[in-house]
Amino acid sequence: MTASTEKRGSFSFATFSFSKFMFWAGIAFLYLPMLVLVVYSFNESRLVTVWAGFSTKWYFELFEDQQIMNAVWRSVEIAFCSATAAVILAIFASIVMVRIKKFRTRTLFTGSITAPLVMPDVIIGLSMLLLFVAMGQYIGWPAERGMLTVWIAHTTFCLAYSTVVISSRLMEMDRSIEEAALDLGANQLEAFVKITLPIIFPAILSAWLLSFTLSLDDVVIASFVTGPGATTLPIEVFSSVRLGVTPKINALATLIILAVIIVSLATWFATKRINDRMKQSMAN
Amino acid sequence: MNIKQSIQRLPQKLPKGRHWVISAPYLWLLVFFILPFFFVGKISVSEAELAIPPYTPMFAWEENQLNITLNFGNYLWLLEDPIYIQAYLNSISMAFWSTVLCLLIGFPMAYAIAKAPKEQQAIWLLLVLLPSWTSFLIRVYAWMGLLKNNGLINNGLMWLGIIDDPIQMINTNFAVYIGIVYSYLPFMVLPLYANLVKHDDSLLEAASDLGANKLTCFFRITLPLSFNGIVAGSMLVFIPAVGEYVIPELLGGTETIMIGKVLWQEFFNNRDWPVASALAVIMIVILIVPITLFHRYQNKEVSQ
Repeated sequence: MTASTEKRGSFSFATFSFSKFMFWAGIAFLYLPMLVLVVYSFNESRLVTVWAGFSTKWYFELFEDQQIMNAVWRSVEIAFCSATAAVILAIFASIVMVRIKKFRTRTLFTGSITAPLVMPDVIIGLSMLLLFVAMGQYIGWPAERGMLTVWIAHTTFCLAYSTVVISSRLMEMDRSIEEAALDLGANQLEAFVKITLPIIFPAILSAWLLSFTLSLDDVVIASFVTGPGATTLPIEVFSSVRLGVTPKINALATLIILAVIIVSLATWFATKRINDRMKQSMAN
Repeated sequence: MNIKQSIQRLPQKLPKGRHWVISAPYLWLLVFFILPFFFVGKISVSEAELAIPPYTPMFAWEENQLNITLNFGNYLWLLEDPIYIQAYLNSISMAFWSTVLCLLIGFPMAYAIAKAPKEQQAIWLLLVLLPSWTSFLIRVYAWMGLLKNNGLINNGLMWLGIIDDPIQMINTNFAVYIGIVYSYLPFMVLPLYANLVKHDDSLLEAASDLGANKLTCFFRITLPLSFNGIVAGSMLVFIPAVGEYVIPELLGGTETIMIGKVLWQEFFNNRDWPVASALAVIMIVILIVPITLFHRYQNKEVSQ
């Protein structure tokens, strides 16, 4: 017995240190480029490679750029609407994925839920645009492409990600509480709204935030399905970045990185607190 | 009333709401995800035209005759010009090697998280996922600044005296590999972690009790057990990488011919919608096998 525990100890220690090293190397690989970007956003010089002293002038230039600021609000609006619609549809889709195991063409359903996760952006973008063009021709709607068509396209691929997040939480959930509610006379809908929804709420929150950032980030699909006057922030950034590195974009990138870190840490703490509280109330 | 009875009661209660629950997301997917592919197929067999929309109609009603025109010229065109075939082969090989690199880096990372103390795992995972929530475009852009001839890496190497002249890194395939591995690494780590964390350590103990060394343990127990996670993670990297457009456009050069970039150029620069559609159809045909694989192993992973 002692021999085996010794062996196990040495085994896990040796592998552990290698994988631990790889983990921290990987983390460095993931974070260093962004750190450099943040540092150089405070560079006085227009040349991104030469350090010419600390300055916040690029931030002021960014806020004065009306075109970029308009694009920011447009993107936030689209991301908000897409994330909300995607999460509502994803709650339904998750129930289907986890609880309704048998109906005709279920394979088609589960297949088309997960396919957008991997489908290359250019294909989704092209196929969506061709759909909108054809629909406009045959039924006259959508008459033109713009924020509405971007919203539809974003909702579609956010639905896939949201469903993965929400359905995995729904699967882990202990159904006996819901069954108890049903026994006590609640109907299906009541049991779902009062019991299941609060339990899966952390997953709903993270699915919404994930969808929001995905929509805020998409450049390829939006480029296909957008129309005149509905340029989103990534399209704006992409066209200026294509010409080379510009310090204004460094400032914008820093603000985005900062916002994401704040929001995701806040969500992380919030969901952790909800989970802890739930465990506590279960224990009592 | 016990649980068994209430479960038996469930089916009677379900049907009313059931149809709504299924049809809301289903209809959305049918109209906005599945239907579009039919239009891609349809337009890939039409002819390019100077009109709005810029392709010929498939059906024409003339003198009491319904004429259906299927033009396979676009596909023949793709076969005749070696640049398209080259682009497909290039994309597949670059996506393949990027996937291998992601697996080599991502597996030990996922393993480290899965073996970390339970209360730390969430934080470590958050560390890996956090960058993927900050804009993808901006992270690719960050590498532009690092890889340039007068960028930080070249300047650093020259300052250290390792090289005398800057190495050409940006606008090469090397830069594209870095971009893909950097952007898709979290997508490899996540499914691998989900798989590895479920492994039963007693199997490893048993194996080492029976005299297996740590390498044997790894290759004969951990690796086979994590097969579903490896396939799911690899497909999550490989499939989008094949059609990648932003990374080759920003980091690649003239030698980087990838199919996503070619499709984009045909569509936006040449305004040839039928050829772009034909390119997409062939890309989907190539990706059907990996997508099915992903779907299958994703389901297996979920049902375990």
